[in-house]
Amino acid sequence: MAVVAHEGHGHHDSHGDHGAHDHHEEGFVSKYIFSQDHKMIGKQFLMTAVFMGIIAMLLSILFRIQLAWPGESQDFLSFFLGETWAPGGVLKEDMYLGLVTIHGTIMVFFLLTGGLSGTFSNLLIPLQLGARDMASGFLNMLSYWFFFLSSIIMVVSLFVESGPAMAGWTIYPPLSALPQAISGSGTGMTLWLVSMTIFIASSLIGSLNYIVTILNLRTKGMKMTRMPLTIWAFFVTAILGVLSFPVLLSAALLLMMDRLAGTSFYLSDIIVGGEMLTNHGGSPILYQHLFWFLGHPEVYIVLLPALGLSSEIISTNSRKPIFGYRAMILSILAIGFLSFIVWGHHMFVTGMNPFIGSVFVFTTLLIAIPSAVKVFNYLTTLWRGSLILTPAMLFAIGLVSTFITGGVTGIILADSALDISVHDTYFVVAHFHIVMGMSAVFGMFAGVYHWFPKMYGKMMNTRLGYAHFWITIVGAYGVFFPMHFVGLAGAPRRYYDYSVYNEFDTNAFEMIMDLNVIVTVFAIIAALGQFLFLFNFFYSIARGPKAPQNPWNSNTLEWTTPVEHIHGNWPGELPTVHRWPYDYSKPGAENDFIPQNVPLKDGEVDH
Amino acid sequence: MGSKLIAIVVIVLGVIAIAQLVRMYELSSKLSKKCESDFNSRDNNMNGKLLFGFMLFQFIGFIYLMLKYGWTGRGESASVHGDTYDWLLNLNLWIVIGVFFITNFLLFWFGSKYVKKPGVPAYFYSHDNKLELIWTVVPAIVLAVIIILGLRTWNDITDDADKDSINIELFSKQFDWTARYAGEDNLLGKFDYKLTTDANELGLITAATIDSAIYNMENGVSGIKTLEKKLNDAQLMMAPDDREAMVTDLSRKQRLIRLLYQMREKHDNKIDAMAHDDIIQKDTLFLCVDKEYEFTFRAKDVIHSAYFPHFRAQMNTVPGLTTRFKFTPDITTAEMRTKMNNPKFSYVLMCNKICGGAHYKMKMIIVVLPKKEYDKWMDAKKADNFLSKFAPASAPAAVEEAPVLTDSTVVAGN
Repeated sequence: MAVVAHEGHGHHDSHGDHGAHDHHEEGFVSKYIFSQDHKMIGKQFLMTAVFMGIIAMLLSILFRIQLAWPGESQDFLSFFLGETWAPGGVLKEDMYLGLVTIHGTIMVFFLLTGGLSGTFSNLLIPLQLGARDMASGFLNMLSYWFFFLSSIIMVVSLFVESGPAMAGWTIYPPLSALPQAISGSGTGMTLWLVSMTIFIASSLIGSLNYIVTILNLRTKGMKMTRMPLTIWAFFVTAILGVLSFPVLLSAALLLMMDRLAGTSFYLSDIIVGGEMLTNHGGSPILYQHLFWFLGHPEVYIVLLPALGLSSEIISTNSRKPIFGYRAMILSILAIGFLSFIVWGHHMFVTGMNPFIGSVFVFTTLLIAIPSAVKVFNYLTTLWRGSLILTPAMLFAIGLVSTFITGGVTGIILADSALDISVHDTYFVVAHFHIVMGMSAVFGMFAGVYHWFPKMYGKMMNTRLGYAHFWITIVGAYGVFFPMHFVGLAGAPRRYYDYSVYNEFDTNAFEMIMDLNVIVTVFAIIAALGQFLFLFNFFYSIARGPKAPQNPWNSNTLEWTTPVEHIHGNWPGELPTVHRWPYDYSKPGAENDFIPQNVPLKDGEVDH
Repeated sequence: MGSKLIAIVVIVLGVIAIAQLVRMYELSSKLSKKCESDFNSRDNNMNGKLLFGFMLFQFIGFIYLMLKYGWTGRGESASVHGDTYDWLLNLNLWIVIGVFFITNFLLFWFGSKYVKKPGVPAYFYSHDNKLELIWTVVPAIVLAVIIILGLRTWNDITDDADKDSINIELFSKQFDWTARYAGEDNLLGKFDYKLTTDANELGLITAATIDSAIYNMENGVSGIKTLEKKLNDAQLMMAPDDREAMVTDLSRKQRLIRLLYQMREKHDNKIDAMAHDDIIQKDTLFLCVDKEYEFTFRAKDVIHSAYFPHFRAQMNTVPGLTTRFKFTPDITTAEMRTKMNNPKFSYVLMCNKICGGAHYKMKMIIVVLPKKEYDKWMDAKKADNFLSKFAPASAPAAVEEAPVLTDSTVVAGN
């Protein structure tokens, strides 16, 4: 069994090659399924996330078709949704909301939290720090399998008779608490809550493991100020997760109680479906506070790893040190800290006291400062570099672009006065998709292209990578630029059909419909472009050319490990670190890169 | 379905074809013994140019969209604070558009200009505190301006309404809006959701509505008496689930009826007048131009959001909580139709918080009238006040109190 598996995956585990670690023959199950090896777990996260990402993308195409051609019969819809949810090829109102909800949930939590952070934290933390593995391999394995279980439950909820959760990915009660209000708030919502509860457990276990590993298992010489920015980003991300996810758990538990045990945490004075409920004294606003106390740090949980990955990639492929290493660390810390005191900007028009609103305006706009510092540092890193535009580098540059484009519109949304009229419109949708969605997705793609050789020991096809990048970035901007204008026109999000505009403003109706068609066409193009990636990814795993030791001439420690994965990462002793990871094109050096484990020469100064 | 399957097959084949072409190209270029580094630098240069090209696509696309759609959708603001809002929004938009152009230009320009050239090493430049300081302080100053201007506007908008502003309540439920004008005394009647009946959809509190609600809950179609009778009926066969649901329903109603009796005990008849002259209005909301309105919002079932895009106003409606927003419409519907050159245009109140399947249909047309026309409409409407409309559900204790009321409202009005 083991032999077959080895051949199939092109691995040659070099048993006993390294003395530091006692090693025993691994079976198929312990190597590929219940593996405790961080590299394998990282790959498992990636595979699961790719699967979830495909589903979420497909869902978005389904509802985009409805938005562009409302009420028209589409074979594509009935093909995927059947007669129950798309009778005659026309999407049902309830299912539209179900698709939107599950699309958002999967993208935010399963692809960009579990997938991005799970994949790269697992892969890179031990490798870049010079550790044999995570602090606890067992907990790490548990973290993946919780993630896997929660993914399965979330996907299963799509097939429930009464439909998946339909209250939007933020699942505001009372809508999410009352099955009488919408069909998805029955079994679908229960499954959603169960799935998320397990997901939070997974995330917490993972994050604690990352933090402990970073603090305790750095190799000799790897001071905190010599860690690659990727690790700094993962570190702060993990801290954010540990501090904020439990709050989401409590919000979910209280909601569960309201749904199942008749409590009134979020419910008060409600008559729904002709039934007068006795719940009194609860507050739906409480839920929103709890949710966004996670929800906003969550944005940075998604974004920081992407920024970390791109810092590393941009520096490597510019052949220049990252500009302002310490400023980059400080800005990551500042963003992490501030992200905890800005949640109220999601709630300016909920009836929250306007004075509290103004405090949140202040804290939120402060976040723009460290973000600006990061952007300018990226720009200066590119300046007078010697750029090697690999697909990973292009995606990293794309990330900087979307981070800027999406970031600046945040300034408008963070301004409570201006938020009034664009709140919950497509302007918001455009904003967070570009700044959080696209940036994080670009960061993830950049990471996959860059570290693919480390993950699978193979190279991906560069040309397909280029085609994938150009289709994706053109598609992304084609989708989300027009959306800003739909939003500025005042079109609410989560509307099933904008034909209602016909009844009061025919000009706005025409404009919204025109733009919706453009958006959908670009969305379909971008989605098709992802097949290039999928093909490249799986084809390269199977038949890609063998990766060299250090394909990008990079400084960080992961490129000193053998191409073939071994348990314990380094045969023999762990490397010792003598310098920071960004000695690219250092004057007086032979090569344009000096790996971290190369000792300082006489008279050479550390950064 | 067949056509779509074919489409999927075509796509899959297309991807494979592209991949094969790439492979062939690579193999053939290897055969022609091209040097690997030439090859890379050609790709590199091409992608550098593409980065610049993409920037042009991005900028031109943006400018095109901005010119074509930048202002059309929103239209001119139709409220007093909306003018300030638009001014501030435009200012902020210009700032962020400026930042967008400058930084994206630098990004893509550097991306194409500094593509690796043989013999040109990268410039080792690891940090510069002065530069860091500049791009910390400059954004901070710009943001300070944005914050100060924003908060000034925010405070104005969310400030208390003038004393002589007109009170209107907007009541939201799946999936429509109901407006309640405060009537001549400009005081909205008190409400309690437990008093909601078919005849009193907004749950207003008067002695009569309390009696009516009690009567309804005891003697109504699925009132306590009926439920008890059914549950105690040995002849009646019921599925266990149905029985359980009925028992739950009964216990809920018994709890509610106790609260209703308490309410009746504590009720002060003096407050009835506030509700009596209220005018309930469905479908269309009529407003008077240049009058300040203080809106209060309620929700019956789930959270909705009262969104008035043309007046630049929005506030969520929350079950169990009353929220508020004030604004002054300053352009009549007729004037706006001329301005927009669209005789079919109407102002609208939309729901802007996901509230269920028909969320997108939940709206109310708003008509802003000149004072004369508005007064005329209002005069005609006065007779339709709550007192005249409310028909108690054969409640025994409903006593007409109308004569006393007119006097007191006149006094309150003065």
